[in-house]
Amino acid sequence: MSTLATTGTGSAASPKTEQRRSGKNSLSVGRVIAWIFMALVMIVTILPFYWVLRTALSSNAGITSDPTSILPVDFNLRGFARVFGMQSTEEALADGGSGASMNFWIYLRNSVIVSTLVTAGQVFFSAMAAYSFARLRWRGRDAVFTLFLAALMVPSIFTLLPNFVLVKQIGLIDNLLGVALPTMFMTPFAVFFLRQFFMNIPRELEEAALLDGASKVRVFFQLILPMASAPISTLAIITYITAWNDYFWPLLVSYTDSSRVLTVAVAVFRSQAPTSGTDWSGLMAATLVAALPMLLLFMAAAKRIVNSIGFTGIK
Amino acid sequence: MSTATAAAPSALRRKPKDDRLLGIAFIIPAGIGLVAFYIWPLIRGIWLSFTEYNLLTPEQFTGLANYQRMVGDSIFWNAVKVTLEYVLINIGFQTVLALIIAVLMQRLTQSTLVRSIVLTPYLVSNVVVAMLWLWILDNTLGISNEIISAITGENVNFFSSALAIPTIAMINVWRHVGYTALLIFAGLQSIPNTVYEAGKMDGASEWTMFWKITVPLLRPILALVLIMTMIGSFQVFDTVSVTTQGGPVNASRVLQYYIYDMAFGRFQFGYASAMAVGLLIVLAAITILQYRMTRAGETDLD
Repeated sequence: MSTLATTGTGSAASPKTEQRRSGKNSLSVGRVIAWIFMALVMIVTILPFYWVLRTALSSNAGITSDPTSILPVDFNLRGFARVFGMQSTEEALADGGSGASMNFWIYLRNSVIVSTLVTAGQVFFSAMAAYSFARLRWRGRDAVFTLFLAALMVPSIFTLLPNFVLVKQIGLIDNLLGVALPTMFMTPFAVFFLRQFFMNIPRELEEAALLDGASKVRVFFQLILPMASAPISTLAIITYITAWNDYFWPLLVSYTDSSRVLTVAVAVFRSQAPTSGTDWSGLMAATLVAALPMLLLFMAAAKRIVNSIGFTGIK
Repeated sequence: MSTATAAAPSALRRKPKDDRLLGIAFIIPAGIGLVAFYIWPLIRGIWLSFTEYNLLTPEQFTGLANYQRMVGDSIFWNAVKVTLEYVLINIGFQTVLALIIAVLMQRLTQSTLVRSIVLTPYLVSNVVVAMLWLWILDNTLGISNEIISAITGENVNFFSSALAIPTIAMINVWRHVGYTALLIFAGLQSIPNTVYEAGKMDGASEWTMFWKITVPLLRPILALVLIMTMIGSFQVFDTVSVTTQGGPVNASRVLQYYIYDMAFGRFQFGYASAMAVGLLIVLAAITILQYRMTRAGETDLD
């Protein structure tokens, strides 16, 4: 019914003016153009990841001789071997490597420790604060909450320099705890995110538990936390990914392998690559290895992450 | 229920002082984080901007010297110019593209798979994204240049002084556009269908409805998204650090990279802090603007 009108007026001007929730499958010109555009967007999104994989599985000689081949040239895993330090220096140099390798397992361990510390601390402490702001009554609460609100607007660049000075003064430079510390207690966002959910839990439930003689601490642990497990795990996933991908702060505070996380390690690996005849195969293997943990996490929790994003922006 | 209330009335009816200790106890950890890593650094950062400080010796108060230096520093002004150029390109492309993608997702498919695919680049770090594009855009072996030279016979140096900033801006558009689109998509979901039905009754075309209904009702969310991406893009660092390191010469030396360089390359924490204060003022102004714009738009929703 509406297909004709749409094709007639709207679609020539723009595909995005398509009929809103129109009949099951009205194949108008506009709809086809729109789908083509969407497909293009998805291809541009996905293809670069494939190209990284294809390069990582090729040899450097193969990349040079056949740069446009869709499939890996001279299929091998030596790029990965180089990243993991499983190749002898001579072999690595012969393959176009710099002789430097990544101590991948150490960086992976560091990334896991830092992200876990940040996530566990931030989510738990933020939940406590959110409960206090949402459900407990105490004088000065609104004023303190306003302070948290204001902190939301402090841009990170501004706190990074003084935070560095602070962490240096308490002797936590080049220490995993120092990498985790600034975001381990809370972020204003995490507090807001959880407060919003806690406020929506029906008060009657809490009051019933209190009538049964439970303390407020017990209500928090045994009622509020379990009831909010969905938003809490969503926040935990988002926090984990953010902590894992962070680069600037770890770059400032970590100097050696003992505290270097994966993002920084990849950047260092890149800066060690020779400027002439870059070891692209090795670099792309490193890139893939660094991206893989978060891509796997995303695959496992895509729906949860995707659906949480509206909340992030609008609330 | 009433018997239970009668059994223990005093302990339950909340008096104001009831929660006080617990309320404060529960915000102590977060409070430590707030004071130590937000409020104290804010004060300290402003203080440091009035000093000369190299981490090793105690800071020396120098008054407005850092700010005077800033005004006369041509590299600083170049950094401002380059950053603005980056912000404009980044935001322009990102917002328009995200709006188109969001509207298409709304109209064509509600599939989570499609939304997940579009979001994928946002899930990997800036460093990974920068490395990936560094390779794809490489001057000699990158696939994009292979294609370009096959067509035009010439190579494009994407990280040359003329193209470095647009290239870095587009790399970050690629990473963030899906996220921005999902924010706008969430906003679209909140526009009631009845508004469109009413529009249709009045004989409005889809094109008219997009401009007369979707865009005005989306204005508060668009304003929010615009300001959020603006604040984010003023702080571009990771991509520059991995790809060009500010070069060639100063062509991509954005503000945040210059601040970093000044503090950790030359240990001039005072001067770096002064520039950070400058950036803070700009970002604060944008934030205030955000509230104005979102408030101004709110009336449209009802």
